Amino acid sequence: MTATTTEPVPVAEVIPKRKTTGRAPGTEGTVAGRTLRYALLLAFVILIFIPLYVLLVTSFKTSGQVNAREAWTLPSLWSVAGWKAAWSALAPPLWRSVVLAVSVAVLSAMLGSLNGFVFAKWRFRGATLVFTLFLFGMFIPYQAILIPLQGMLIQIQSMPGMSWFDGIWKLIIVHVIYGIPICALIFRNYYATAVPTEILEAAKVDGAGTLRTFASIVLPISAPAFVVAMIWQFTSAWNDFLFALFLTNRNNGPVTYVLNELAGGQNPDYPSIMAGVLLASLPTLLVYVILGKYFVGGLMSGSVK
Amino acid sequence: MRKSRDGLVGFLFVLPSIILVGIFVYWFIFKNVSTSFDRVTTRATKRVLHDGGVSNYSQLLGSPDYQHALFNLLVLTVVFVAGTMLFGLLWAILLEKGVTAEGVFRSIYLLPMAISFIAAGIVWRWLLAPGKGDQASGLNQLLAMLGLERFQSGWWQSPNSFSMAAMAIPAIWQLSGYVMALFLAGFRGISEDQREAARIDGASEWKIYRHVLFPQLSPIALSALIIIGHMSMKMFDLIYAIAGQNSYKASVPSTMMWTQLFQQGDPTAAAVNATILLVLVALIVIPYLMYTNKTEKGMRG
Repeated sequence: MTATTTEPVPVAEVIPKRKTTGRAPGTEGTVAGRTLRYALLLAFVILIFIPLYVLLVTSFKTSGQVNAREAWTLPSLWSVAGWKAAWSALAPPLWRSVVLAVSVAVLSAMLGSLNGFVFAKWRFRGATLVFTLFLFGMFIPYQAILIPLQGMLIQIQSMPGMSWFDGIWKLIIVHVIYGIPICALIFRNYYATAVPTEILEAAKVDGAGTLRTFASIVLPISAPAFVVAMIWQFTSAWNDFLFALFLTNRNNGPVTYVLNELAGGQNPDYPSIMAGVLLASLPTLLVYVILGKYFVGGLMSGSVK
Repeated sequence: MRKSRDGLVGFLFVLPSIILVGIFVYWFIFKNVSTSFDRVTTRATKRVLHDGGVSNYSQLLGSPDYQHALFNLLVLTVVFVAGTMLFGLLWAILLEKGVTAEGVFRSIYLLPMAISFIAAGIVWRWLLAPGKGDQASGLNQLLAMLGLERFQSGWWQSPNSFSMAAMAIPAIWQLSGYVMALFLAGFRGISEDQREAARIDGASEWKIYRHVLFPQLSPIALSALIIIGHMSMKMFDLIYAIAGQNSYKASVPSTMMWTQLFQQGDPTAAAVNATILLVLVALIVIPYLMYTNKTEKGMRG
């Protein structure tokens, strides 16, 4: 969901701070203007928190308390029954999602670093065309490849000795492959400015080959791009539903798949559903809260000139 | 000499990725398109389901179900794009001058993006429940508590043809923060001197936005428009989670494709649908990629 640009992924400060004007922040304009500004900002905060409030209060209610009258109030009796039920339903798929998202993050970043380095510094003939074709692969609706993809993966699975290739394994392969374009873009943008071409030239003069240069000069300074790419891939593998729906089932699928089944029953038990939503969102929310600026770095990679 | 060898080594670095993208993106697109041209007859009765070739496309394009899905997609996209642009720009304007705790506001506005569409969709399914009066729950009940009963709605289940607009509400909730981040970075990229100069010339704040700042943000507005617009065309998880599988009321091409494949067992129709969706997305993305490529070369040259 991004586009090409020459800018590096702005890691340290993704959205730059206002250049100082000699005034403390928030002291510009009239008092009335400032009050209005903060009132609006707070009103939007409340709007954004509405669904999160519903999630939290409902998850701590008992099933009996989720009637229409009490839906928006705090629980009259706090209960963790919903959380317990959600945990017992979601623990196995949560674990599968952890394996999925971590493997995808690591593998994608490694591939991305190789690709990004070449596209930034060691351009071969036709590199621009190849890179543009990569970028287009990032934007396609996956519906357009799902039918052949499903067929090929089933074919691989039915080969002798390959019956283990199912569920999470399929998803790991799929997310690594469809993550190639965005990771190549993140690393290319980073290397374009973080690695001065002069250093590479110097290494060449000293007789270091491409592989050696990559391993001893480029990799050691790649940490910021690794963080951005890994967070991006972790989040998209964790949050994916489309591939999970087409390629897995309730016994081998990730948490998004099982969560949707949990919520789709005939007699929904809202406390456990809402607790389940929170459980399934916790890892990505934690990543966002702790590593927020890198998360935004992935989001912005590209789309800004 | 050395140079061409380095180019070769570089090429070998990316070769595995080129092969994988080649197969999993381009070869699969080709296979999907070729499936979409299949001639299909039922095994038992030899009744023709699809004539094959281009007529498969006119068959789908002519079907009322597909036209309904396309119309829904149009309504969803217009409201989704307009809503995210409006809130994104408004939040960026509120924040761009620097306010106390700017980082906190920014993080909160972006927070919904960290949640999966499927998780968000499950909450919004409850929030957008259509019951009114005594049956009210979700947002309708909140409106009643605030004394705003007259704004109660059937949301996406309202009996009118524009009900898909309500489906854009959760989508706007999730992605406005993203558009804000784009615009905010844009505002910060404009040097302070330009504003000062305009101020010295006696321009009002509104005039500074209108004539100095906004024109410089138009490339960012275009990026946001394309990114949100193409996300809307691909939107699946959120609609699936809110409306459930097989909802006709909330059907769009991407959810219809699931129904065609899994409920109707008709991969040919699903492939036709997916190919048209790909073309629609390509129509807005390819010119955009060419445009950014060109401006990039301009910046380099």
